[in-house]
Amino acid sequence: MAELTRDDVAHLAGLARIDLSDAELDKMVGELGVILESVAVVQQSPIEGVEPMSHPMPLVNVTRPDVVRPSLGAEAALAGAPEADQQRFSVPRILDED
Amino acid sequence: MASTQIDTEATIAWDDVLASFDPVMGLEVHVELGTNTKMFCGCATEFGAEPNTQVCPVCLGLPGALPVVNETAVESAIRIGLALNCEIAEWCRFARKNYFYPDMPKNFQTSQYDEPIAFNGFLDVELEDGTTYRVDIERAHMEEDTGKSLHVGGSTGRIHGATHSLVDYNRAGIPLIEIVTKPLTGAGERAPEIAKAYVATLRDLLKALDVSDVKMEQGSMRCDVNLSLMPKGSDTFGTRTETKNVNSLRSVERAVRYEMCRHGAILQAGGTILQETRHWHEDTGITTSGRPKSDADDYRYFPEPDLVPVAPSRETVEALRATLPEPPAQRRKRLQGEWGFSDLEMRDVLNAGLVDLIGETVEAGATPAGARKWWSGEIARRANAEGGVSVADYAAERSITPAHVVELEGLVTSGRLNDSMARQAWEGVLDGEGTPTAVADARGLELVQDDGALEAAVDKVIEANADVAQKVRDGKVQAAGALIGQVMKEMKGQADAGKAREIILSKLTS
Ligand SMILES: [Zn+2]
Repeated sequence: MAELTRDDVAHLAGLARIDLSDAELDKMVGELGVILESVAVVQQSPIEGVEPMSHPMPLVNVTRPDVVRPSLGAEAALAGAPEADQQRFSVPRILDED
Repeated sequence: MASTQIDTEATIAWDDVLASFDPVMGLEVHVELGTNTKMFCGCATEFGAEPNTQVCPVCLGLPGALPVVNETAVESAIRIGLALNCEIAEWCRFARKNYFYPDMPKNFQTSQYDEPIAFNGFLDVELEDGTTYRVDIERAHMEEDTGKSLHVGGSTGRIHGATHSLVDYNRAGIPLIEIVTKPLTGAGERAPEIAKAYVATLRDLLKALDVSDVKMEQGSMRCDVNLSLMPKGSDTFGTRTETKNVNSLRSVERAVRYEMCRHGAILQAGGTILQETRHWHEDTGITTSGRPKSDADDYRYFPEPDLVPVAPSRETVEALRATLPEPPAQRRKRLQGEWGFSDLEMRDVLNAGLVDLIGETVEAGATPAGARKWWSGEIARRANAEGGVSVADYAAERSITPAHVVELEGLVTSGRLNDSMARQAWEGVLDGEGTPTAVADARGLELVQDDGALEAAVDKVIEANADVAQKVRDGKVQAAGALIGQVMKEMKGQADAGKAREIILSKLTS
């Protein structure tokens, strides 16, 4: 497995909107590298002929009927919001697109 | 407004584009399903509800919430796939599309990635000249809609200059089906028309399936247009742009045309196309640069661990196939034949959205010609004057039904009303005065059945128009028309014109 680089960590931090200082980046390269190395052990498993699995339960087609259930209500929904205005969640301006 | 500050980019003439380039189009259509509840939770999906009143821990992405798939949404997705001649996956999963944007409170959108529920289909699209273009469908997959942002502090709700944004999550989690075409080649100058016709055909199909209200103006059906040009003779695709949220049929056509002319200008000047999203401006008919493809488009898809796979049995798929309606294009052809309408008449009926109403009226006992006549005359004018509501909606709001048309036609065939009286009776119905019979009674509309009175009127008119009468006697039967007009005037319109003609001719040509 390719080694994790400082650029990789910076890229991931950018995607996750986490601001890391240079010192933190250096630290994370090392720490994440150890984690990846540890997890990489599972790659040694003999997986020939084994179907990939994304869910531990051998279930399919778990659905619910299309019946309306009570919603939270705006007050409860907004109760945990750091800021709200006009019954909406207020968020910092978005410089990106609409 | 932001759009007026942006310089319009160079374009070249349409003919010049066609002389040098072939377009390649890809169309992505998002359809909001008309289910009662959201894709993964029981929140209502009603349009126009007060902000944040249709939200719960699942669609707000609160910790520990567990999504469960809406059964009806899956069935609708399969029916859409089948109607688009797709294969239906035997086993597929949802995936998380990770991105940070406040319109998705979970920080990911639950979508499908490399395992769409439906794939490899096609939709035949009929063009104005009667030819058919086959649009190949790459896939149709299930996902969820995002919340709606209101940008504050800038002008007119636009994002530029906004100080902050206010988000309403009522729409977040509403079931969406994204339908993606394969790259469409060989369209040439017909590319704009094909794009429009495809979206129109798809809209009709989805309406017939009764899976969505497909209102482009309300955003329940939205189209993204991918477009690139390649030099004539080449088969290597050029760099494409993706024009987002083109939300009317006319705009789809215009956006394709505009992007072709813009790409043409850049390529002809030796430039390169930047792969980016473009914003469509309905008012000016141009696109402007959105956001270039960037690192942020690394969505890090992975299978959604909170949802189990969807594995529709072949029995389920076949049972759903049996519920598919007759394809709209086929239905139109069949009905046109059954009703005996000309191509022009049928086109008018289609454009006015009258097919269902006429169908119901014929079923209730009216003649096709009568049904067409009454639903497309005065009522269409009134509906149009009311801001362009459809005749069907206009009639429904006023409880005007096919039975009214049947009754009105009956009053004419029974000889109680002539055509102009029937028109008056219909106006009364539209004015809310009741059934055609009630209006005729109240307004005293009734053909004079007294042949004596009619005969007296005929005699009077013949005497007063001796020269015309003589022409009829001499064999110019068409001259009788003038006499009939006079008789109807004499009878104040309350006579049967056919009967008047009969009496006139019997008196002058025996
Ligand atoms: Zn919910």
